[in-house]
Amino acid sequence: MSKRRSAALTEAQRVSLAQTLLRERLCHQKLPDRPVGLDSQYKHLLELLRRTAVHGESNSVLIVGPRGSGKTMLLGCVLRELMSLKEVQKNVLLVELNGLLQTDDKIALKEITRQLHLENVVGDKVFGSFAENLAFLLEALKKGDKSSSRPVLFVLDEFDLFAHHKNQTLLYNLLDVSQSAQTPVAVLGLTCRLDVLELLEKRVKSRFSHRQIHLFSSISFAQYVDVVRAQLSLPPDFPDPKFSEEWNHSVTKLCEEKSVEEILKRHFNASKDFRSLHSLLFLAVSRVSVSRSTLCEADLLEASRLISADSKANVLHGLSILELCLIIAMKHLNDTYDGEPFNFQMVHNEFKKFIQRKSHSIHKFEKPVVMKAFEHLLQLELVRPVDSGVCKVQREYQLMRLMLEHGQVMEALQRYPQCPTDVKQWALSAFG
Amino acid sequence: MSRYITRLRMRRSYKWNGKPIGEDRKLKRQYYESMSISVEGKTEDATVSLGQCILIEGDDDDNPFVAQLCKLYSDDSGKKKTAVVQWFVRMCEVPQNKRKLLGRDPHPQEIFFYQDHSCDNEVDGETILGAVQIEYVPAEDSFPEGKSKDILFVKLLWDTKSFRVLDPELMQPPQSPKSPPPPSRGPQTRALPTPEPSVMKRAMSGTLTRSSMSTDKLNSGEAESLHSASKLSAAKALSAKRRSRASSGPHVRKKLDLCSPTKNMSRDDVLGEILDEHTEKTLTSKLNLSPTGRISISIRLTPLNLNEEERVSPLSSHSPEKPKLTAHEKNDATSVFLGDDDPEPLVSTSRTPRKREATPRREGLRGLKARTPSRRKDSAALREPALAALAEEEHEDSPIQTAATPRSKRKSAQLVSSRIRKQLNVLGNKVDLLSDGEDDDDCFIPTKTDLQSSSDEEEEAKIDSEDELIVKKRRGSRTPRSIEKSRFSARTPRKTPIKKTAPATPRTPRTPRHATPSIPSRSAPARKPGNVLEEARTRLHVSSIPESLPCREQEFQDIYNFVESKVIDGTGGCMYISGVPGTGKTATVHEVIRSLQQSAEQDEIPHFHFIEINGMKMTDPHQAYVQILQKLTDQKATPDHAAALLEKRFGAPAPKKETTVLLVDELDLLWTRKQNVMYNLFDWPTRRNARLVVLTIANTMDLPERIMINRVASRLGLTRMSFQPYTFKQLQQIITSRLNRLKAFEEDALQLVSRKVAALSGDARRCLDICRRATEICEHSGSQKNGSGLVGMSHVMEALDEMFSSSYIAAIRCASVQEQLFLRAVIAEFRRLGLEEATFQQVFVQHQALCRVEGLQPVSVSEGLAVCQRLGSCRLLLLEGSRLDLFLRIRLNVSQDDVLYALKAD
Repeated sequence: MSKRRSAALTEAQRVSLAQTLLRERLCHQKLPDRPVGLDSQYKHLLELLRRTAVHGESNSVLIVGPRGSGKTMLLGCVLRELMSLKEVQKNVLLVELNGLLQTDDKIALKEITRQLHLENVVGDKVFGSFAENLAFLLEALKKGDKSSSRPVLFVLDEFDLFAHHKNQTLLYNLLDVSQSAQTPVAVLGLTCRLDVLELLEKRVKSRFSHRQIHLFSSISFAQYVDVVRAQLSLPPDFPDPKFSEEWNHSVTKLCEEKSVEEILKRHFNASKDFRSLHSLLFLAVSRVSVSRSTLCEADLLEASRLISADSKANVLHGLSILELCLIIAMKHLNDTYDGEPFNFQMVHNEFKKFIQRKSHSIHKFEKPVVMKAFEHLLQLELVRPVDSGVCKVQREYQLMRLMLEHGQVMEALQRYPQCPTDVKQWALSAFG
Repeated sequence: MSRYITRLRMRRSYKWNGKPIGEDRKLKRQYYESMSISVEGKTEDATVSLGQCILIEGDDDDNPFVAQLCKLYSDDSGKKKTAVVQWFVRMCEVPQNKRKLLGRDPHPQEIFFYQDHSCDNEVDGETILGAVQIEYVPAEDSFPEGKSKDILFVKLLWDTKSFRVLDPELMQPPQSPKSPPPPSRGPQTRALPTPEPSVMKRAMSGTLTRSSMSTDKLNSGEAESLHSASKLSAAKALSAKRRSRASSGPHVRKKLDLCSPTKNMSRDDVLGEILDEHTEKTLTSKLNLSPTGRISISIRLTPLNLNEEERVSPLSSHSPEKPKLTAHEKNDATSVFLGDDDPEPLVSTSRTPRKREATPRREGLRGLKARTPSRRKDSAALREPALAALAEEEHEDSPIQTAATPRSKRKSAQLVSSRIRKQLNVLGNKVDLLSDGEDDDDCFIPTKTDLQSSSDEEEEAKIDSEDELIVKKRRGSRTPRSIEKSRFSARTPRKTPIKKTAPATPRTPRTPRHATPSIPSRSAPARKPGNVLEEARTRLHVSSIPESLPCREQEFQDIYNFVESKVIDGTGGCMYISGVPGTGKTATVHEVIRSLQQSAEQDEIPHFHFIEINGMKMTDPHQAYVQILQKLTDQKATPDHAAALLEKRFGAPAPKKETTVLLVDELDLLWTRKQNVMYNLFDWPTRRNARLVVLTIANTMDLPERIMINRVASRLGLTRMSFQPYTFKQLQQIITSRLNRLKAFEEDALQLVSRKVAALSGDARRCLDICRRATEICEHSGSQKNGSGLVGMSHVMEALDEMFSSSYIAAIRCASVQEQLFLRAVIAEFRRLGLEEATFQQVFVQHQALCRVEGLQPVSVSEGLAVCQRLGSCRLLLLEGSRLDLFLRIRLNVSQDDVLYALKAD
C-alpha cells in the first residue's frame, strides 16, 4: 500500500517537478547553458572582457539588439564564464547600472560608489554631495593603474537613457577613464536603439571605441521549432527517466503536428524573439496537470488564443447594450464623416434616430442615462477627447474620437452574448 | 585660528619709529629700524623692528604669511613703506605633492624657513599685521609642549624641493649689529649637544638671506640662454647627463662630479657621499694609502689627516665623530685641488673662484686657528657647541658683511673646511695645534671666510637641491643616501600625540572623514602582452602615452613658448585652444606641461604650479572654483566662498610664490547665464600680481564669439590656436610612431585606415580604435588560415565595416515577417498620402491588406501595435507618445529607399 501511495505521489511530484523546471527555464530565472545563435558575438564579448580582466586593457562596447533578443542573457553567460576563469576570480569588480533605475547622474554615482565599496560608504549609505562624490570617484579611478588595480566592469543597461542625463557627465567620465591610463575599466552598454551613437555628444562619442555588438537573430523557422522543442524537453538528468522520456517524446510529436506548426509559424512571423515565445510556452505548460500529464495541442492553441487576443475586444465584451449602441453610433459617425471627431450630441442624435426607426428591443433611455453611459466609455478610454486642454466647452459638445478599429467593433458584436438582432443589423448597415 | 580675523578687520596705521638709520641716495631710500603699528581701538601700539618675526596679510585670513623682517625703508616721498623680509612658509603653503617629503605629520604651529630665489621678498609695509614669536627648535628635539598657541616653531628649511635642517644662524637678524638675537633662541642653541656633522653640513648650505644678487642673476641668465638656445634638446641632453651620472656608483660619481665641466661642482653632494659610512672608509683608506689617479690629492691631504687623527683620538667621547670629520676635510680639500687641476676652460664664472690657488683656503684656516686659542678656553670649560660659536662670530663680523661683494665667492672651498675646523676645535680641543705651525702670516682676516660663505652657500644650496632631485628620481633603486637617512634620523621620534597633530589640517574641518579614494588592487598582476598583435594592441590603445606627439610640433612649440614666456616673466595670460575631438589638444598641453616641469626641475625656468580642471568632470560650472581652490591649497569650500578666496589670492598684492598654470578643458561647459565663472577665469590673469596662466580648450573655433558676452571674450584675448583635424598622412604617422617599428600591419592597411578616418572625422582616437579592432579580427582569422600574421586589408575592411556601416539594413533584414510587412505598409501609406507621416490606424489598414495579399492571417490591433512598438524601440520608426493608441503618428527613421532595398534583397 505504501508503495502505491508513493507511486501516486511521485506522479504528482513528477508533473510538478517538470513544471517547475520548465517554468524556471521560461521565466528567465536560469541562464541557458549556451546562448542560441549568438556564438560569434559570445566569443567576441568574452574575449574583450577577458582582456580587460587579465591584461588590464580598458575597453568600451555597446551591445545593440531589439527587445528580447538576448542582450542581458548574452552578457550573463559571458560574465558567468569569465568569472569561472581562475585568473579573473576576485580580480574584477562589477558595477551594474540600469538607466531605468539610475535616472540621473547623481543617483548613478551613488550607486557606483556603493557597489565599489569605496571609502565614503558606510553600510549602504553614501556620504557627500553630488560634486564630492564625482570628485571622489574620479580621484579613485585616477589613482589606479593598468597593472596593479582591479579592473572595473561597468554594465549600463538601457544605455540610451544615460545619454539623456545632463551633459552626459557620467558617460563622458567613464569613457574618458576607458581611454586614459587609469584604472582599467570596461564600459558595457546594453541598448535596443540602433541610433544610440547619434545620442552621444561629440566629445563623448569620440571617447567611445565604436565597438558595437549587434544581436539580430536570423534564425529560420526550422531552428525556431528546434528551440521550442529544446525549451520544452526535460533534461536527461531528470529524476525519473521514464517520465522524462515520455514527456520528451510527446513534445517531439507535438511539434510535428500541423496545427501546432501553424501556431508557431504565426508567432514566428509576429516576432522572432524568444521572450514572446517563452510567454506562449509558459501558458501552455501551466495547463499541464496530474490528470493530463503531457503537453497537448489544445494547450498550445489556448495559449496562443490568450496571447494574441485583442485587448480592446475583451473590454467590449463587458459593455452594456446601451454602451454598445453608442459605440455603433460612433462607428457610423466615423464612417459618415471620414474619421472626423464628434461630440456627445451627435452620438445621441444618431442613437435617437436608431431608436425611433427600428428599435424593438431597446428602451428609450433618458438623455442623462445616455450621458452616463458615454462617460463610462470615456473612462474606459474607448473614446477620447481630441483636445484635453480645452475645458470651457460643455461636456456634450466636447469633441471626441473613437479609439476602436472598424474590425474590432464588428468582431465584438459577433461575439457579444445575446446581442439583439436589430442592433447587429444596425451595425452592419451601411448608414445609420 | 580665527583670532587673526579680528585684527584684519580693524584699520591700522603705520608710523616709523625714530630716525632713519641709513640712507641710500641712489635709490632714494631711507632705512629705518622699527615701525609702529597702531590699531584703532587699542591704546598701545605694536612695534616691529628689524630681526623680529612678523605676520603679513595674505590671501588666507586664518593663516597670514609669516616672515622675518630684514629691512625697512621708505621711498623718497616717505609715504610708501616697504619691508624686505625673509619668508617662512606654513605647511599648507607647501605644494601638496611635496608635503610627504617631510616624512612625518607637521606640528600645528610648525613653519619652515623658506628658501627660494624666485620669491619676491619685498612687501608693502602696510600689509604687516604685527609681530609674532617664532621659536627655533633644533632638528633632533621635539616640539616644546604647553606653550602658547601664538608661538610658531621653526625646525626645518624648505627650499621648494625638500625639507632640510635649518641652521639657527639663518634665523639671526642679518645686518643689525645692535639688535641682539632674540633671547629665546640663545639658550637653546647653547643647549645644543654636539651637532652632527650632517646638521652642520646642511646648515652651511642654506644662507639665502644674504645671498648676493649677482650670482643669482648670473645663474638664471645662464639657464635662460642655455634654454632658449635649443630648448628641448638642451633639456634632454642635460637630463641624459644626469641620468648617466646617477647610474654610476658613488665613487665613479664623485669623480664625475668633480671632473665634469658643469657649472656646479657638487661639492655638497660629494660631502654627502662621503658621509656615508662605507664609502667614507674605503675612501679614506684609498686616499691615505694609495694615491689613485690624482696624486695631488693624496699628497696634500695626508699630513692633514694624520694630524687630525692623532689629535682627535685621545678624546674618546667624540671618537665616533672623528672619521666623519676627517672625511669632510678631505673631501673639501679634494674639491679645491681638483679644481686646480682641472685642465678644461671654465664654462661659468661661478667656477672661476675655484681655480684660485689653494692659498685662500689656507688663509682662512690660519685665521681660524689663530683665533681659536682664546675661544678654546671657554669652550674647554663650557664645551660650547660650534653653532653657538658660529653665531657669535657672525655678530662680530657683521658690520663688514654689509660691504661684502660678489667678489668673495671665489674662495669657495675654504668656507666648508674652515667651519669644520672650527668644529674640530671644539671637539678635539687640540686641532688648533695642527695649524699652529703655519698660520703666521695673515691671521687677522678671519672675517673673510664668513664673508664668502654667503655666495658659496647659495651655490651649494643649488647643487644640493639639484642633487636631491636626482635622488628622488631613482630612489629605491639605489641605496639610500646617508644625507637622507641622517636627516630623518636626526629628528627625534614624534612625541607629540597624534590627536594633537590631527588638527594640524585645520583647513578641512568640514569633512568629517578623510576617506582615501582608491580602487582595491588586484591579487594577481595583469598579464603582459604575449605576441606581436597583443603588443601592437597595447601600444595602439589610446591610453598608452607615446614618447612624443608626432604631427603637433608646431602647436607644441607655440603653446610651449606661450607658457614658458609667461612663467619666466612672472606674468599672466590666457590662451584659447580649439579643435574637434580627438585632435590631440589635451595631450599636447599635457606634453607641454611635462616638458616645462622637467625644465623647472632642472632650474632652467622658475617653478610653477599646474592645475587642471575639466568642465565635464564637474557637476556645475561653479564647482570650478571649488576644484581650483582645492588643487591649489587643499582647502574645501563652498563655491561662493571658494570664489572669494581665489579672488583674494589672485587679486591681492601679496607676494606670490609661484606662477600657476591652469588648464581648463571643455570650456563651453563652464557657461552660465551671467558667465561669471568664465569672466573670473579670464579676469584673474590680467591682475598685476596674479601670475596666472590660463589655457582653455574647447571644440568650436568661434566659441568666444558665439557664447561669450563682450567683456568675457575681450578678456580671453586673441591668443588662439586651432587644432586642425589630422590628415591621412598625419594619422598614418601617428600609428607608425606608436607601433614604433613593430611589424604588425601591412602598409596598405594602415593607409586605408588613415584615409578613411581622415575623410570622416580626422579623429585620432577613432583611427587607433579601428586599428585595435583590426588586430583582433586578424588574431581570430589567423587561427583558421595561416596568413602572413600581419593585419591586412581584409581585416581592416572588416573593422571599418563594423564601425562605420549602418546597422539599419541588417536590422530590417533580420526583422520578423510581420515587422517587415509593417514597414512596407508604412511606405505604402506614405505613398498614398504623399506625406512622410501617418497615423497607426492608417498604416494598420494597409498592413491588414498586405497580410491578405501575402496570405497571412491578419493580426489584431494589439499585435499590430506590438509590432509597431518593437520597430519604434529600435528606432527604425519614430513614434510619438505611446498613449495615442490608434492615432499614434508614425515616421520612418530610415530612408524609404533603404527599407525597400533591404526588403527586396530578402
